[in-house]
Amino acid sequence: MQVTVAHLKKGQRGIITDVSSIYIPLKLLEMGCLPGNYVELVQVAYFSDPMYLNINGTHLAIRKETALHILIEIL
Amino acid sequence: MSKQINVALIGNPNTGKTSVFNALTGLNQKVGNYPGITVEKKEGICKLERGVKAHIIDLPGTYSLNASSLDENVVIELLLNKNDKDFPDVAVVVSDVENLKRNLLLFTQIKDLEIPTILAINMADRMSYKGITLDIPHLEKQLNTKIALVSTRKNTGIDELKELITNYRELSTTPCMNAFEIDKEYFDNLASVFPNQLLYKLWLVITQDVNFGKVDRNEIEGVASFKIKSKADLKRLQQKETIKRYQFINDTLKKGQVIDLSTAKDLRIRLDRILTHKIWGYVIFFLILLTIFQAIYDWSSVPMDFIDSTFASLSEWTKNALPAGTFTNLLSEGIIPGLGGIVIFIPQIAFLFLFISVLEESGYMSRVVFLMDRGMRRFGLSGKSVVPLISGTACAIPAIMATRNIESWKERLITILVTPFTTCSARLPVYLIIISLVIPDGRFLGLGYQAMTLMLLYLIGFGAALGSAMILNKILKYKSKTFFVVEMPNYKLPLLKNVVLTVIEKTKAFVFGAGKIILAISIILWFLASYGPGDGFNNAEEIVKKEYADQNLSDEELHEHVASQKLEHSFLGITGHAIEPAIRPLGYDWKIGIALVSSFAAREVFVGTLATIYSVGSDDEETIKNRMAGEVNPILGGPLFNFASGISLLLFYAFAMQCMSTLAIVQRETNSWKWPIWQLVIMSAFAYIVALIAFQLLK
Repeated sequence: MQVTVAHLKKGQRGIITDVSSIYIPLKLLEMGCLPGNYVELVQVAYFSDPMYLNINGTHLAIRKETALHILIEIL
Repeated sequence: MSKQINVALIGNPNTGKTSVFNALTGLNQKVGNYPGITVEKKEGICKLERGVKAHIIDLPGTYSLNASSLDENVVIELLLNKNDKDFPDVAVVVSDVENLKRNLLLFTQIKDLEIPTILAINMADRMSYKGITLDIPHLEKQLNTKIALVSTRKNTGIDELKELITNYRELSTTPCMNAFEIDKEYFDNLASVFPNQLLYKLWLVITQDVNFGKVDRNEIEGVASFKIKSKADLKRLQQKETIKRYQFINDTLKKGQVIDLSTAKDLRIRLDRILTHKIWGYVIFFLILLTIFQAIYDWSSVPMDFIDSTFASLSEWTKNALPAGTFTNLLSEGIIPGLGGIVIFIPQIAFLFLFISVLEESGYMSRVVFLMDRGMRRFGLSGKSVVPLISGTACAIPAIMATRNIESWKERLITILVTPFTTCSARLPVYLIIISLVIPDGRFLGLGYQAMTLMLLYLIGFGAALGSAMILNKILKYKSKTFFVVEMPNYKLPLLKNVVLTVIEKTKAFVFGAGKIILAISIILWFLASYGPGDGFNNAEEIVKKEYADQNLSDEELHEHVASQKLEHSFLGITGHAIEPAIRPLGYDWKIGIALVSSFAAREVFVGTLATIYSVGSDDEETIKNRMAGEVNPILGGPLFNFASGISLLLFYAFAMQCMSTLAIVQRETNSWKWPIWQLVIMSAFAYIVALIAFQLLK
């Protein structure tokens, strides 16, 4: 099974490995969601959706449906 | 030299771009719309040295030149169009010192357009606090630009920025990197087909579907020798381009920026642990809301009463001071009360925007969006719809103006369309008087029936908004992709200047936008109520005198009866009679009919109109109430305002679209008459049906 940002637990960190899915908006890449950068799950709302992330120093929230497409390696 | 320097302020959201704009222009700014769309256009004048002036445009915030919303499109369209009168002589990219890496992405793109570009690094006062040191000369060299370190909070660096703008001709226009190495063959080919065009411009035209000058997308696709790629290919190439740009930025910052994490302190983590908490987050949000609404009601009541009485006495004074005649009446009964009807909303609107702008400036609003998104999505709305829906309980007008930060057009349109269902303060006087007439004064478990009815009406309002949002979500077919990405900015103390400017600007927009229409409607209503055809109106005095000849009426009573007779036979009264057959099944008579018709200008007119019709001289609610309680239903007998007709009226007011000003704002915000007309027809038809069913079941 592929590990994605949606699998992170609160406070856990991962390294982004692949963002080539067409379901990831370009805007997210432009905000720093790129392979090699770290991602940390800062906070979750109910049912882990949306997810409040720290990606390489940029803090942002995305919906789970998007998080499911960002592949990572959990640290 | 009389020519102004055209300056465009460009930057990511939350970089304090607007603070820089305010610092440069002060009160020398105006807000309008870009032609044809509702995106705000902020421009201002900044005085530079030696009498030179700069014309500054504050472009909508964007993360890159790859647009994903209408607002962002504006940025590209301006930067691509050399013939636009606002085309910048110099671009100022405003960035936040804490997010320099991300901000530089946009910078490298602007440089690729070969426009002279200044990099303004804002919030420089936070550098030491965050443990950041910058090697400015190194960065200037690598980025081929001039850098101004600015702090709008401490008011430093603005003069340096002004000087750089003055000397913009010395700036380099050479790009700082080559992004086109990602697919050499493709871009070489593109360059050879259009040798006179900038490569990056062509690339933007291909990927963004925007036009510039003579070249548009069709033309590029029309060139046989040039094979356009599929959508997926293009996206992959855009991803590569983004990665390439970040590589360059990383290399540049490796030497140019040092961040000592050990000295960095973070308030964010501690605050967010509570403010975005699964339980406490909602509790705190709820408490903040309660406080805000309490404050809006409490703080506005004094100025609103003052405005009300001032306009009333102004009206009275005009009537006495000017010679009697049509013009005096129009002035004292039409125009002055009409103006009063605009001005009276100012306190509520100003306070509401004061709170909203504080919440936005502080960074808290993004947390609310985060907390509410999940719940709102079920209804086709976004987390960003929460603010307008809540503001709607004060007044739908500022609420609809507050939808502007919703990027997805579909989510924004749905929010605009459903917001008028929320119980605005203008419904309150109508609710209060009808409830006191038809709902018994008893208590159940310590809660008054009347208070519970009122609460129920608020819930019905929210329910109707959410329910109709759900339906609209199914019906409306808009292909705007709704990628939900919200930046969670750092918490900041709001800048007083920014807050004050926002409040002034929004209030002005209301007064001059909606105000014109309220004024026009009240003048029309006055005419309809003051003139009538035939004997019934023109000989009102004689008819009344004859009718009451046997009763010994005082002058005042006689005057009231004449006024009542005139109103009944005025154009407005005739309209009331004409629609009576339509509203009788709802349990109303022609008098309520008139009140309904005039309520379409604004709901709060209801009580006042009934007061005039029942020839009660004053606005005193108790007296009106007694008169209303005494009215008899002409057909069914018994009191006109009974439980059935009362509930029917309450429901009608809960659902009907009876607010010209809201319709005017919807027209302005959607830039089309289609939506306000739909809103009027569907909401009113729904109100009619619900009221009909309620009355028929209960009578």
